[in-house]
Amino acid sequence: MVEQELRDKYEVVIGLEVHAQLKTNSKIFAPDKNEFGQEPNSLTSPITLGMPGVLPVLNKEVVNMGILTGLALNCEIPSRCKFDRKQYFYPDLPKGYQISQYDEPICVNGHIDINGKRIGITRAHLEEDAGKLVHAGANGLAGSLYSLVDLNRAGTPLLEIVSEPDMRSPQEARAYMEELRDIVRYAGVCDGNLEEGSMRCDANISIMPKGSKEFGTRAEIKNINSFSALERALEYEIDRQIEIVEEGGEVVQETRLWNDDTRETKSMRSKEDANDYRYFPEPDLMPLEISREWVEKIRATMPELPAQKRERYQSLGLSEYDARILVEQMPLALFFDKVIELGANPKTAVNFMMGEISAYLKENHVEITETKLTPENLAELINMIEKGTISNNIGKQILVEDMITNGAKASEIVEKKGLSQISDEGAIKEIVQKIVEANPQQVEAYRNGKTNLLGFFVGQVMKETKGRANPQTVNKFVREFLEG
Amino acid sequence: MITVKDVEHVAKLARLELTEEEKELYTKQLGDVLKYVDQMNEVDTSNVKPMTQVIDFSNVMREDVPNQEISKEALMANAPEEENGFFKVPKIN
Repeated sequence: MVEQELRDKYEVVIGLEVHAQLKTNSKIFAPDKNEFGQEPNSLTSPITLGMPGVLPVLNKEVVNMGILTGLALNCEIPSRCKFDRKQYFYPDLPKGYQISQYDEPICVNGHIDINGKRIGITRAHLEEDAGKLVHAGANGLAGSLYSLVDLNRAGTPLLEIVSEPDMRSPQEARAYMEELRDIVRYAGVCDGNLEEGSMRCDANISIMPKGSKEFGTRAEIKNINSFSALERALEYEIDRQIEIVEEGGEVVQETRLWNDDTRETKSMRSKEDANDYRYFPEPDLMPLEISREWVEKIRATMPELPAQKRERYQSLGLSEYDARILVEQMPLALFFDKVIELGANPKTAVNFMMGEISAYLKENHVEITETKLTPENLAELINMIEKGTISNNIGKQILVEDMITNGAKASEIVEKKGLSQISDEGAIKEIVQKIVEANPQQVEAYRNGKTNLLGFFVGQVMKETKGRANPQTVNKFVREFLEG
Repeated sequence: MITVKDVEHVAKLARLELTEEEKELYTKQLGDVLKYVDQMNEVDTSNVKPMTQVIDFSNVMREDVPNQEISKEALMANAPEEENGFFKVPKIN
C-alpha cells in the first residue's frame, strides 16, 4: 500500500465500460434460446456457428430493451442507428467478426446520479456476446495444449454502457456500478449478476497530479467479477501507477488482467499490439430508424427505477438507510411494495423485513420468494398489530415460527393458539396486583429507590399472560401499584 | 500510397503468411485498386449522406421467439474435432 500522504498528491480518474446481457428469450441475430447453464453447444444454430451463406436477423425485443435501458440512463435515443463489423480472430466468435455498433449507437449522452454527483454516460450500444473457451491442460490460456469452445453464449444480446471518465475513487466506481446493476434489474432487462457474468465490467483508470487538467495515460483493467473485486483492482492499480510515476517512470497504455486470487493486475497486451478492428457497416443488417412514437411507447412501460423507489420509501417515513438497503435487494423491495399496497403500515413492514425476515433469509440462504410467506399474510399480521389485536412481540414470534416456515395465516394462528392481546383493564389490573403481592421484597426495594425493578414486574406480568398483555396497560398499573 | 509495411500489417491481421515476392505483388495490386477507387474523390459529396446499404430498407426485425430446430448432433457434424460436446480447437497463440 502506498502511503496516504503520497496518494493525496494524485487525483484518480476512472471510467467504466459495462456489458449487460439482455434477458430476451432468443439471441440477438439468431433464434437460438438465450439461456445460461445449458449443456455445451446445445443452444446454437447455423447463424451462431457462422456457417457460409446464413443471414442475421435482428431481434426486435433487443431493440426495445436497448431503448428502455437508454431512457432509464437518461440517454438520447437517436432517430437512426446501425450495426458494424468489428473484426478479430478468436475461436469464441466463429464468423471472424463481432456484430456491434461503432459510430451510430442506440443510446448517447446519458447520466446517472450517485450520492448527488452526476456521472456521464457517453453511449450505450448493442452487440453480440462471444462464446466461452475452456483451455485444456492448464488453468489459463498460458501453457494450455488446446482449447474447447462452447458457443451457447455466442450471440447473446449485450448492451455495452460506456461512462465518461467522471469517477474519482474506487468507491465511487463501485457505487456507480451498483446503481447501474440496480437500474438494469428494476428495468427488467438484465439479471445484473457479476459472478455469473450476466453483467461484466472493464475499468479505465489513470492518475494525474492533483490540480492537473490533463489526464494521465490510462490502463484498462479486465476480468473484474464482483463489486469488491472492482474496488480491489482499482486500489491496486492506483498504487501501481503512483509507484511508477514516483520512481520517474511512465505508465504505458495497455490492457491488464485482474487476478482476484493473487490480488494483482498483469499486463495482457500493450497498445502496440492492440487490435486493429477495421470496423465497417454490417452489410447483412439494415439500419434502424427509431421513431419518436416507438420511443414514447417504450417510455410508457418504464417500471419504477431505484432512485424513484428510494425517494418514495423515504416519503413513506422510511429512513434513508432503510430505503437504500431495501432497494438494493430487489425481491424484498417488490415484496414490500405488495405489503404496503395491501394497506400495511410501511414502518412496521420495513422493520419486519429488515429484522426477522432478513435474518431468516440470510440464515437459510433463500430468497423471500422461495419462502411460504405471502404479502397478504404479512399485511394481515401487521394490521393486527396496528389494531392492537396482538402485541408486536407476539407478531414477531408467529412470523418466524409459523408464517415464514409454514405459510400460516396470522389470524388463524392467533385464534388457534389464543394469542390475542389482553387489553381489558380489569383483567390486567388483577394480574398486576397478584404479581405485586407475590413479591414483597422487590416491592420494598423498588420503594427504596431501585426503580429499575419496574422491568422485573412488567416481565412477570408478561410471563403470566404469555406475552399477551398490552404492554402500555401493564406499565401503567405496575407504576400505579408500586408508587400508589 | 500503399507500402510493403501496410501489406505486412494487413496480412498479419488476416493471419496470412506472405513471401517477399507476394508482398511486392500485393503492394502493387492493392495500390492500383486504391488508385482506381480514388477517382471517386473527384465527385463533390459534401452534401450526400453516407450510404451503408444499397437498398432503401430499415427496421427488418423478427419477434423474440426461440426456435431450436436443428439438433446439436447435426450442428456439430462438421466440426473437425470435438471433445465432450465442445468444439476442439488448436492451441491459441
